[in-house]
Amino acid sequence: MAWSFRKSLALASLGVAAVLAGCEDPPIESQQRGYRGVALVQHYNPEDFAKLIEQNQVPAPATPAPEGGQKASEVYQNVEVLGHLNQAQFTRLMTAITQWVAPDQGCAYCHNLAQGFAYEDVYTKQVSRYMLRMTMDINQNWESHVQTNENQTGVTCYTCHRGNNLPQNVWWKNADDPQNAAGMMAGWTPDGQNGPNMKTVYTSLPGNPFERYLLGGGNLTQMIGVQGNQALPNPQSTDSIQATEATYGFMMHQSDALGVNCTYCHNSRSWNNWDQSPPQRVTAWHGQRMTRAINNDYIVPTTDLLPEKRLGPTGDAPKANCATCHNGVFKPLFGANMVKDYPSLDPNMTREEAAQLRKKLGPDHGANYGLPPRIGSENAEPAVDNRF
Amino acid sequence: MAMLSFERKYRVRGGTLIGGDLFDFWVGPFYVGFFGVTTLFFAVLGTGLILWGAALGPTWNVWRINIAPPDLSYGLALAPLQEGGLWQLITICAIGAFVSWALRQVEISRKLGMGLHVPFAFGVAIFAYVTLVVFRPLLLGAWGHGFPYGILSHLDWVSNVGYQYLHFHYNPAHMIAVSFFFTTTLALALHGSAILSAANTGREDEPVKAGEHEDNFFRDFIGYSIGPLGIHRLGLFLALNAGFWSAVCIIISGPLWTRGWPEWWFWWLRLPIWDAGGFN
Repeated sequence: MAWSFRKSLALASLGVAAVLAGCEDPPIESQQRGYRGVALVQHYNPEDFAKLIEQNQVPAPATPAPEGGQKASEVYQNVEVLGHLNQAQFTRLMTAITQWVAPDQGCAYCHNLAQGFAYEDVYTKQVSRYMLRMTMDINQNWESHVQTNENQTGVTCYTCHRGNNLPQNVWWKNADDPQNAAGMMAGWTPDGQNGPNMKTVYTSLPGNPFERYLLGGGNLTQMIGVQGNQALPNPQSTDSIQATEATYGFMMHQSDALGVNCTYCHNSRSWNNWDQSPPQRVTAWHGQRMTRAINNDYIVPTTDLLPEKRLGPTGDAPKANCATCHNGVFKPLFGANMVKDYPSLDPNMTREEAAQLRKKLGPDHGANYGLPPRIGSENAEPAVDNRF
Repeated sequence: MAMLSFERKYRVRGGTLIGGDLFDFWVGPFYVGFFGVTTLFFAVLGTGLILWGAALGPTWNVWRINIAPPDLSYGLALAPLQEGGLWQLITICAIGAFVSWALRQVEISRKLGMGLHVPFAFGVAIFAYVTLVVFRPLLLGAWGHGFPYGILSHLDWVSNVGYQYLHFHYNPAHMIAVSFFFTTTLALALHGSAILSAANTGREDEPVKAGEHEDNFFRDFIGYSIGPLGIHRLGLFLALNAGFWSAVCIIISGPLWTRGWPEWWFWWLRLPIWDAGGFN
């Protein structure tokens, strides 16, 4: 039978249908975040966004505990971190933590009920002290990342745990290669490139940028900043294409973790120029340092306490990255403030301040479900490029 | 006035699409026609508006002159002139001028009695432009999604739009378009070198070679020659596809995909063949 126009049309339609099947449905929503025409724009699928809002709701806070009474350290034994709270405050926080971290196991997740609550030989209890100190440290010393506006958002256990023993988004070394390294071609390394990697949004960029940037030491600004500041290659530069790809992989993770595109923090005409970048880049800069600090100071030290089932293939503790708290939202829980209901977790917050915030933020805890706020065009004339 | 030998063939009345004999004449070597007049009208008006916009703007530096589309908040409505309205008028003028020019090409083609390949090819370029400043903004619901008119500013727009999808090289239609652009230049280079080497034999006493010689060379070399007509059809096919797939790659970015393009390829990982092959 001769090839016909009809057949060609059918085949072409099939091709178009196949391509579209992998896509999303219009209409979409867009948010302008820079001067008009610069294309600093976030795009959202309204259906996905509605789901995201649903998944990121704050559990109802318990009634505030009364002041006064005996201190927890006077009533209970072995209260190392929260001994300064009164008995009512302490019990209320313990109950909340149970709901946030171990709703199924209850108190028994961290306490040996047969031996008594003071019994020490439970690894989760040991780890929980690190986690409480970490939470307080973040709220006290990393305001530059977690309390950037007047809502004083902060973090609680729930920011990451969301009712899970282990937060859903954590990372281990060498855990991400999709297939057994032994069966792969020569040159294949776990966490290496050239395989689609969820942590870098399915690119074939280096698969585990976290080990490089969110652990250990080194000058993070130098390690991440790979853009040259001159037209021709600089013989003094130690930045390689490998370093560039590692940075790109890490940036992909940040985008994915926050559910935003590159233009949330950068004007891509000049990645490294702070004057041309949206202010969110400053918050992210502090976030990178905060995440490395909490991995180094609070999570790695728990390695020896953890049972094997919690460790990665090469024996390391489950560590934090941007997605651990953000869970796909530009502000964790859309910026809802939970600390105001549990001010014991923020050494900087007095109970009076917390009460005022509760009053001010109202029933939605200050959450903002709108798309990331627009930067007005009035203050954002395109930056002058002095080269011209 | 002197005429080239072949000009006599097309300097004939008729073949116009609109207006009959109105404007069906030449000014010096230039055919006027109804669409020549509309081209001139839109081009002069549009250029004047660009100059006005530049005069309102902060700079006369030719690299930095920027006439930007309206804020997204205006949606598909008209904006005040200084806040994107000029961009809207200039866009109308540009489309008017481009389409008029294509229709003028149609009229000349009809006078020559030739096919409409030239206006069709130009039409694909217009289609790509209209996709950027009309079709995609319509689908996204705001004129502000069009690109700004300025040498540096439109490059910034291209860069940022690419990074709205994290890694634009993973856009499947972008891949196809880039492949067609490269193949176009490769084909042109191969064709040009074949013509040059046949025409410039390098020796005074060696005669210039004709098409048969080129055919023989390629049949000898790769077993096939597409021929003198075929190579131009192939070139047109490659070039038009480059423009067409460029339009496709941008119209799917946003209206049909909001996330990073690398993630689009997840369908490949979800194919049932991996389980069946025991790879997972």
